Amino acid sequence: MRDKLIYGAGIFAALYFVRNLYVILLQLPDEAMQGAVYRIFFFHLPPYFTAVACFLGAAIASGLYLKTKNWKYDVFAVSATEVGLALAAINLVTGMIWGRQQWGIWWTWDARLTSALITWLIYLGYLMLREGIKDPSERAKNSAVLSIFAFFAVYFTYKANEWYRTQHPGPVLTIRTGKNTIDPAMQAMLFHNLGAFLLLAVVLVAVRMNLEDSQRAVESLRRRAHAIA
Amino acid sequence: MDQRNFEYMFYGLAAAWTILCLYALLLTSRGRKIQSEIDHLKRMLDSSPKK
Repeated sequence: MRDKLIYGAGIFAALYFVRNLYVILLQLPDEAMQGAVYRIFFFHLPPYFTAVACFLGAAIASGLYLKTKNWKYDVFAVSATEVGLALAAINLVTGMIWGRQQWGIWWTWDARLTSALITWLIYLGYLMLREGIKDPSERAKNSAVLSIFAFFAVYFTYKANEWYRTQHPGPVLTIRTGKNTIDPAMQAMLFHNLGAFLLLAVVLVAVRMNLEDSQRAVESLRRRAHAIA
Repeated sequence: MDQRNFEYMFYGLAAAWTILCLYALLLTSRGRKIQSEIDHLKRMLDSSPKK
């Protein structure tokens, strides 16, 4: 039943993306200054917010793991972190491509870009830390602590272009600026693509959680095999 | 859509989908590897003499 739900949600997410791509490429007008390239924005901001949701979910699950020592929270935390890392990579790479066209450079060490890269590296470190600790309970405890502290880097990245003068553009969404700084049709499309990315993230986290459960089954079978041998 | 800056838009969208597809492939390949390891370990445990 659970697998059917995952497949169903995956198909729905794929269809949602097809619909969104149709609107993004064929219906929305070009941006006056940027031409066609502004459409990268629909694959830059939604993955970022989805990654933030994944990292927040991982931090909450890590806190719950430390409180209850229930394995399912650790499984969720590592799965959400890995999916968040893939989405944050999309955010970084699409931002670089947009920057190359608009600024003439691939990268600049401003507060927003630098903190986004550091955040990505911290979460990569989280996964490497897990690989390095063999004892399951030590691994879960240490990585839970790191996951909670790593979320401060996510918050810093979010606020960086308010706290510092950055080359990265400031907020454009009406909910953050309180003004109509973006065409309503473009803003609506951003939220639609955010919906599609969130749904995709739910599917990927569920698939990754299944893998983590299978990995634990392998470790248990290995222990039994060692005991017999 | 006009053709102004179309090339970089294409690169951006292609990069996003490439990363997503690579991650999905990675998950699939890990799933297969784990499943074959489970099958191997189960076979090994079934064939081992019971104590």
